[in-house]
Amino acid sequence: MNQLNHALSLEEKPRKIIRFNRRQSTLITILSGLALLTAIIAASFLMSDEAIKTHFEARNLSPSWQHFFGTDWLGRDMFTRTVKGLSLSIGIGLLASTVSVIVALILGMAAATLGKTVDTLISWLVDVFMGLPHLVALILIAFALGSGAKGVIIGVACTHWPNLTRIIRAEVLQLRTSQFVQVSRHMGKSRIWIAVQHLLPHLLPQFFVGLVLLFPHAILHEASITFLGFGLSPHQPAIGVILSESMNYLSVGMWWLAFFPGLSLLVVVRVFDMVGDNLRLMFDPHSAHE
Amino acid sequence: MQLEAKNIGFRYHQNPWLFRNFSLTLNSGEILGLKGQSGCGKTTLARILAGYEKTLEGRIELGGAPLPKVGYRAVQLVFQHPEKSVNPRWHMRDILQEGWQPDDELLARFGIQQDWLSRWPNELSGGELQRFCVVRALSPETKFLIADEMTAMLDAITQAQIWQAILELAKERDLGILVVSHEKELVKRVCDRVIELDSVHLERNSFIS
Amino acid sequence: MTIEYNPDDFKSTEIGPGYKSLLEVSDLSVSFVQYQKGLRQRVLKVISNLDISLGSGEILAVVGSSGSGKSLLAHAILGILPNNAICSGKILYKNELLTPERQKKIRGSEITLVPQSVNFLDPLMRVSAQVRTAVRQGNPEEAQKKIFRRYDLSEGVGNQYPFQLSGGMARRVLISAAVINGSKLIIADEPTPGLHPEIVTETLNHLRELTDEGCGVMLITHDISTALQVADKIAVFYAGTTIEITPAADFHGQGQALRHPYTKALWQSLPQNDFTPIPGFQPLPANFSEGCLFAPRCGKITSECTGSLPVMQDLRSGKVRCHHAT
Repeated sequence: MNQLNHALSLEEKPRKIIRFNRRQSTLITILSGLALLTAIIAASFLMSDEAIKTHFEARNLSPSWQHFFGTDWLGRDMFTRTVKGLSLSIGIGLLASTVSVIVALILGMAAATLGKTVDTLISWLVDVFMGLPHLVALILIAFALGSGAKGVIIGVACTHWPNLTRIIRAEVLQLRTSQFVQVSRHMGKSRIWIAVQHLLPHLLPQFFVGLVLLFPHAILHEASITFLGFGLSPHQPAIGVILSESMNYLSVGMWWLAFFPGLSLLVVVRVFDMVGDNLRLMFDPHSAHE
Repeated sequence: MQLEAKNIGFRYHQNPWLFRNFSLTLNSGEILGLKGQSGCGKTTLARILAGYEKTLEGRIELGGAPLPKVGYRAVQLVFQHPEKSVNPRWHMRDILQEGWQPDDELLARFGIQQDWLSRWPNELSGGELQRFCVVRALSPETKFLIADEMTAMLDAITQAQIWQAILELAKERDLGILVVSHEKELVKRVCDRVIELDSVHLERNSFIS
Repeated sequence: MTIEYNPDDFKSTEIGPGYKSLLEVSDLSVSFVQYQKGLRQRVLKVISNLDISLGSGEILAVVGSSGSGKSLLAHAILGILPNNAICSGKILYKNELLTPERQKKIRGSEITLVPQSVNFLDPLMRVSAQVRTAVRQGNPEEAQKKIFRRYDLSEGVGNQYPFQLSGGMARRVLISAAVINGSKLIIADEPTPGLHPEIVTETLNHLRELTDEGCGVMLITHDISTALQVADKIAVFYAGTTIEITPAADFHGQGQALRHPYTKALWQSLPQNDFTPIPGFQPLPANFSEGCLFAPRCGKITSECTGSLPVMQDLRSGKVRCHHAT
């Protein structure tokens, strides 16, 4: 309340020209986050591959106006590599988290609506995947499918659905026993009609927030297994590859090789987290009007 | 037409029976009151009669046949808490028209304002929501209405408004109504006949001691 | 919450027990900042110019339909309105201003709430343990045993979980949890929703007992018959404000002793009376007009009624907000 009155009283002071209410500032945060991510992807397409080819005349340069993030031992521009790496990460993250969320939605709804056997089976699967350490499962899958983008995407997609499945299953179970769903049956509506009209609108916020919050996980895990050598091939400009290569050069003082790409990864992950949290605030009825 | 409960019995899991060998007949055009101690299974009985719950013993018959399991049900139930029986993410218009298309005349009889139709449930009060729930349950196909503490949460004026409108409609359409309520004044006022749900083995927490 | 006040208005005049006025709410307004479609906000006034007072040893019933703002009054007194609420006016407890800091300090001890149902309890905790967590001073276990003895709750009941309680037991547990700290002001928000008459009577008798010990009880309910069973005074709420404060005894016969047309209509619409409702509905906060909010449904409407909200005036040992009150 204090905050609000404070905000309202500010309105009267002419000095403060622009004042955003919570929903506006939330929306601005979300939009600027999305803008940054789009910019990274767009930039990676616009940048030519020329800069990441070998240029022995420009080896091991520290950061300068010419090379923002410096160059590596083959003379490749680290800024370009980072942007392209990030864009690849975002792409993989988006794909993997979309698959995860859709899997979670389908399994969650199936567990809660298709009877006991299906529910037991899905719950068991959820428990198995949640019992396995994330990274171990990921490495196993990526390794079994052979390294490369395919293994990483399938690996990340297959290991991130259990949490959300559980949430959606619980939500559907609760919704199914709610009075308005029971009334709907008595209005002569079919199960499918109810699932689409009554249940889905309640699950959409979970869906979107889940999608965005899975994103950073997916990106970090992709980077981790690539770093460990089970992921993308060393020729691809992936953040994990960059970080793992740079390890060899850190001891000779080439700090920029790991520092800037690592920082960029952190920023991107943080932006996604922020977008997700803000979305959640907007969807949550308890805080929606604040 | 008759709505009949024949020797029905019900209990939750292994708990004591809420009621057994209970029979009841509700005729078209009749307004029947159902009284009973709290926790004696009035609400459960209402749910069973409307087909929301399956009876464990005996059977429910509508016009001599079992209750239908698909389509718009001829036996409709209106609950105590209207805010629980509407989808909070639907507009009032969609809620109202979920089962059928009520005409403006009926809306007017229940005091539903046109501008309420474009609102969300959380923008209306309990009394206003309950009017929607009642109209939603009163399609021409409805033969019996079960009112489970339907107006217990409403103020006296809204309660009287809703009941007067229902009583009038019941007369026109020859509806049978079961009034489940602990308010003896209300039951006395609106019902032709009152039955009491027997309360011998019904103390709800007897199983704990 | 900002409460604008002039410090001279309410210097403590009485100190010690036997406050003539335990709680005094004057000119309280509550608004909510809400989002309309998209990004625009609006301020929605839901309670306006509300006055009530409650003395110790007294039961004041606050009666109104859902949406009349009676629960919000309770929340304002306890200081638990949501963050997007704005309050103005003043609330005095024991003749001292109830500031947000003071509210925080004394709610749960001096001022307490009896909630609607066991849903307000932790479902996974035995009730005796739960009641103990409410204790602020002294030995929790002793306090809990003492209060359970008072309300005739056995140890067996204490070992149960909230969902196992029967209606009557649940009421007693909720009351014992609320009064365990010796509260002076007890706010009961719909304490008997849809309960059997015997349990309602039992619960109301417990509230009566508390006032005999010097507490003040504010009983919030939509059900005028419940209120009449036990209350000394009745405050009738309509569309976010008090329209009449009357001794409970004035509800009799055809309602001829009542002052406001709405109160009369409310009384006459009871099933034991005429059961004939007046038409119309309580306006929604977004449609509140300047004048008397009951005017559109009132038989006595004149141009005076639509101009401005009538002020509360004294009439026959009660108060009423109507130009045509008789």
